Amino acid sequence: MGIYLPIAEMSVNLFVLLAMGATVGFLSGMFGVGGGFLITPLLIFYNIPPAIAVATGANQVVASSFSGALSHMKKGTLDFKLGTILLAGGVVGSTVGIYVFTLLRAVGQLDLFISLLYVVLLGIVGGLMLVESVRAMRRARDGAVPTLKKSGQHNWIHRLPLKMRFRTSKLFVSVIPVIAIGAGIGFLSSIMGVGGGFIMVPALIYLLKVPTNVVIGTSLFQIIFVSAYTTIVHATTNFTVDIVLAFALMLGGVAGAQYGAKAGQRLRGEQLRALLALLVLAVAIRLGFDLFVRPQSIYSLATPGY
Amino acid sequence: MLIIMAMPVAAQEAPENLPALAPASEQQPLQQNVNPELIQIGLSTNRVEITADFDGADLTIFGSVENLDPLVSRQGRYDVVVVLEGPPREVVVRRKDRVLGMWINMASETFVNVPTSYSVATTRMPQDITDANSYKRLSLGADNLHIEPIDREGNPVTIEEFRQALRDRKAAAGLFNMRVGGVEFLSQSLFRASLPLSPSVPVGTHKARAFLFKNGVFISESSDYLTIVKAGFEQTIYRFSNNHGFAYGLLATLLAVLTGWLGRLVFRRD
Repeated sequence: MGIYLPIAEMSVNLFVLLAMGATVGFLSGMFGVGGGFLITPLLIFYNIPPAIAVATGANQVVASSFSGALSHMKKGTLDFKLGTILLAGGVVGSTVGIYVFTLLRAVGQLDLFISLLYVVLLGIVGGLMLVESVRAMRRARDGAVPTLKKSGQHNWIHRLPLKMRFRTSKLFVSVIPVIAIGAGIGFLSSIMGVGGGFIMVPALIYLLKVPTNVVIGTSLFQIIFVSAYTTIVHATTNFTVDIVLAFALMLGGVAGAQYGAKAGQRLRGEQLRALLALLVLAVAIRLGFDLFVRPQSIYSLATPGY
Repeated sequence: MLIIMAMPVAAQEAPENLPALAPASEQQPLQQNVNPELIQIGLSTNRVEITADFDGADLTIFGSVENLDPLVSRQGRYDVVVVLEGPPREVVVRRKDRVLGMWINMASETFVNVPTSYSVATTRMPQDITDANSYKRLSLGADNLHIEPIDREGNPVTIEEFRQALRDRKAAAGLFNMRVGGVEFLSQSLFRASLPLSPSVPVGTHKARAFLFKNGVFISESSDYLTIVKAGFEQTIYRFSNNHGFAYGLLATLLAVLTGWLGRLVFRRD
């Protein structure tokens, strides 16, 4: 069944969108990430203009992260204080990101920049996660006790000034790296149309040593607001949010997410991380492939001001 | 496939409204009429709505030829070309070049007043209707469209390269197209043209023009306007998003929050 997208000004298949949303929702529920890093490239592969894919992806992430954050709030695995400070940084980063987005779009380099960011970030994150999870699986097979968090070990981040106490996370740390991480994620969110969970989760675990059970809920909490902010700013400055497209993706997404969360509970942590790493790497390779292979036509048309 | 009909309008035009180009039938002076042939098209509907399930359509335009010479008509020497031209817009054509192994947008050329779409329907193969010069003089056909660069002092070779690329890309997107045999004579004087509207047909005012040729010579032209709009709901969304971006963004966000909340209620599995 065809459905006309009023902002993208094209006709697409509704069932493809629902299936796309459900698949991504399933994976995001399983791995505890927003799923934006999957939905935006998928939309681009489906010939949705990248500018619309990014802004609409951000809108879709609001729905999936809100749905996820609700369940974490219930379980008490959400650090509101940490989330709010991450958010303050996120709003700044997002504003800068939107400005860069508009600039790149005007000079015709937006598509390239989005693809490059995806390839580099997904490549790095996916690669690191794969190495880490394979090591963990080996250790588990050898019967060693997994030691992810070494307490008492402090890195340079813990020597920064302006320290603050975060009770839920059992953390006493400077606000500088918290704001910096938030800003970085906000920037990526507005340019890539992602919530940034796939970067936020490792950053909070490895850099700030936030307990793993609090990380996902807190990251989802800040992602709701940053992606909501990104959606609103994209809608105001670039007019690129397609509400019909976003809604079709959300419908599939929220259903898939709850089933995915259940499926995820049956897998062990390191297996889950290894699978997510493979998925992330696959998206990176697919996008990288497009950059290096001669395009079908080297020419493209654009309407200025759109 | 949806078919949009456009019925002929009764001859409202008085003969003195004839196009300036008088019939040039010096090749066959014997057949010269007192009243030159007059082509007319009319659209019963001047508005086509694009609805949520729109995936392309066929636009049918009816028209008639008046004062025709029965002899020429019997020999099938009358030809009609119908064109539907989309609203003009500025277009940037970009070319990707290989940089460090990657394909990156480098050179670009901007053209002004490029019709967003250009559909042609003809009675026969275009080269059998009239000669290339005639098409050029009338700017008829995608290859003869006057596509003006914004920077007129640019290198003509580069401009021509990008102009050709523009036509190619438009054709690949189904926006520039030609249907040979798309115009049929239903009777001696009544004809029907069918033109494809692509799924990505641009909204705005489209101009329909019909050209009459007799023995390969251009005789007369008639035109009418057609407005393509998004239907109620789609149009409301589009307008709202462009005029009230902030409120639209807020609404999109609220919708997402609501969907997320309801989704959890309906599908929760923990």
